Amino acid sequence: MLRIRNLQAGYGKLRVLRGVSLHVRAGELVTIIGANGAGKTTLLHTVAGLVPAQGGEIEFDGTDLTRVAAYSIVGHGCALVPEGRQVFAVMSVEENLLLGAYTRPTRDRAGVRETLESVYRLFPVLRERRRQYAGTLSGGEQQMVAIGRARMAQPRLLMLDEPSMGLAPLVVKDIFKTLAGLHAAGVTILLVEQNARAALAIADRGYVMETGAILMEGAARDLLNNNDVQRAYLGKDYQSIGERTLPGAETQRQTR
Amino acid sequence: MIYNREYETMTRSDLAQLQIERLQTTLNRVYRHVAFYHETFDREGVDLEKVRSLDDLQRLPFTTKEDLRRSYPYGMFAVPLRDIVRLHASSGTTGQPIVVGYTRNDLQHWSEVVARTLSAAGVTEHDVVQIAFQYSLFTGGLGFHYGAERLGAAVIPASSHTNATEQILIMRDYKTSVLVTMPSHALALAAARAALPQQPGDWPLKIGIFGAEPWSEELRRHIEERLHLTAYDSYGLTEIIGPGISGECVHRNGLHVNEDHFIVEVINPLTLAPSAAGAAGELVFTTITKEGFPLVRYRTGDVAALNPAPCACGRTLARMSRVARRADDLISIRGRKLFPTQLQEMVRASGGLAPQVRVVLSRVAEEDALDLQVAFAEDFGGLDEVRQVEQIRQTLTQRIEQAFGLTPKITFVEFPTLLRNCGAKNLRVVDNRPA
Repeated sequence: MLRIRNLQAGYGKLRVLRGVSLHVRAGELVTIIGANGAGKTTLLHTVAGLVPAQGGEIEFDGTDLTRVAAYSIVGHGCALVPEGRQVFAVMSVEENLLLGAYTRPTRDRAGVRETLESVYRLFPVLRERRRQYAGTLSGGEQQMVAIGRARMAQPRLLMLDEPSMGLAPLVVKDIFKTLAGLHAAGVTILLVEQNARAALAIADRGYVMETGAILMEGAARDLLNNNDVQRAYLGKDYQSIGERTLPGAETQRQTR
Repeated sequence: MIYNREYETMTRSDLAQLQIERLQTTLNRVYRHVAFYHETFDREGVDLEKVRSLDDLQRLPFTTKEDLRRSYPYGMFAVPLRDIVRLHASSGTTGQPIVVGYTRNDLQHWSEVVARTLSAAGVTEHDVVQIAFQYSLFTGGLGFHYGAERLGAAVIPASSHTNATEQILIMRDYKTSVLVTMPSHALALAAARAALPQQPGDWPLKIGIFGAEPWSEELRRHIEERLHLTAYDSYGLTEIIGPGISGECVHRNGLHVNEDHFIVEVINPLTLAPSAAGAAGELVFTTITKEGFPLVRYRTGDVAALNPAPCACGRTLARMSRVARRADDLISIRGRKLFPTQLQEMVRASGGLAPQVRVVLSRVAEEDALDLQVAFAEDFGGLDEVRQVEQIRQTLTQRIEQAFGLTPKITFVEFPTLLRNCGAKNLRVVDNRPA
């Protein structure tokens, strides 16, 4: 569905992406993990057209996205849930959600209504608060609004940038459960996360990104097994790699 | 049967994307973690960002057996030893052995590709698999063991320490349905079976998977007739992973290369340029999932051709022809060129001789001499008949004369001595000629 080859991008003279290649097949949940500054967000922004590509190809279902304007990329079926939610604080929840459908034809009112219903079914709490200002919601609820807003465009590919950021552990768990549910329902997802353990737990495959390049690609389970990944992203030092973690300690780590 | 349909039947275009991604990650990792590659890439002016397609692979330097020998034992490892969970070593047929290391993920991938090889030959979880490869530093035994376990078959780790008769008794009593070993060993087992006082009636053996040495179609027919099984070829190389690089499917029309783990190229061993599509040349492999011991453009010395056309079995993975010879062991003697495997084939065809051959090249009175050391097969009965022994010597001499226009000296040696001197490949070339 999404095929990226040798993508290069940056800000002015600062080169961030140094020839990144990756792909997402229909129905897959793929995660990109990596430290702060590795270029994960830039990658998503380049796909979404917010940062221009300086080289390479982004092929999305046969369309070259590097030649498509940012505002029409959503219309091609590729939606981004940005880092830090970016909901419109002084608009109601429902207004926020309806904004997500801006690419759909105005005559498709019934269809938009139907999608809105499906978002409310996914996040019942949003239905309860649909008249409330989005700015008054908790971080977790705002994340739901952001995901719901992206769903409103009925994208074939859902991209999420750090959905766990700044959220309480229990809320993170809920958000990832929702993502796993969407994935199970057949939604194709590209997930950028610093919470590598949570992301790899629900992903099919993953990429490890470091300083603008991909260092590893593999099944999520293989990446979880990789000692480098364990040391760098899962908070295990090498002494504890060989030690079996107690079940209690494991939960603690997951929610940390 | 196709073990991993997702990867074994993916479109060539999806495969190309996967290969370039994995190639780039491998290059990024070896450049960071393997001093040899860091220095080589820097010296050759390789800009990794310019490796944008599989064709760009051709601009990267080769890795040779010499490079690996110089880095003995751990110089080429891409991870610290604490991340290595298994070590193996090459047989050292032609010199110092090469040590290879596997991480936990490497072992998982290895099991997977071997399970694919077994599955392609029709092995299932219902089979009883007797592995008569040596369990040792050699990758054959443990490599097939883990792959067969992954598949869910019942595995008999018979190894090769036991003698042929014991193997045959295990085979009979444990109801072995799949035999995994070297083709020459399969022949020895066939002889032991024929020597059983009572021929077993119910013999479930049906599949043989053979590898680790070159073997001809003629030998395949011979083994199939004597052991009543269907014989499949499997190709592996310790430096790359061991068994599991490629194997035949039921159509036996080339060996499917597990291209999602290994990129294969075919080059002209003299010019080092890529061979024309479909032409035979030296196989060159790049590992694209290995963590512990990744190699870029490793020259195998094995000669084969590549066919990327889809196969009737449904796999889209390219097929390589069976490896009949090696590019680097071509013997040049008195202006004639010949492969030792050709001599071995003639020894096999002469009847009554063991498959092991030791080829000794020397210079006597300014002239190159070819000495073929052979032994009689264990089941050869005509040892006391001088006439019969001379007959074999004459036939073999004549065949070699006809084929290569030079007269060899044939020396008969004791079988155990020959076995000891020939190593795992049953073939050794000793060149005593002054340079």
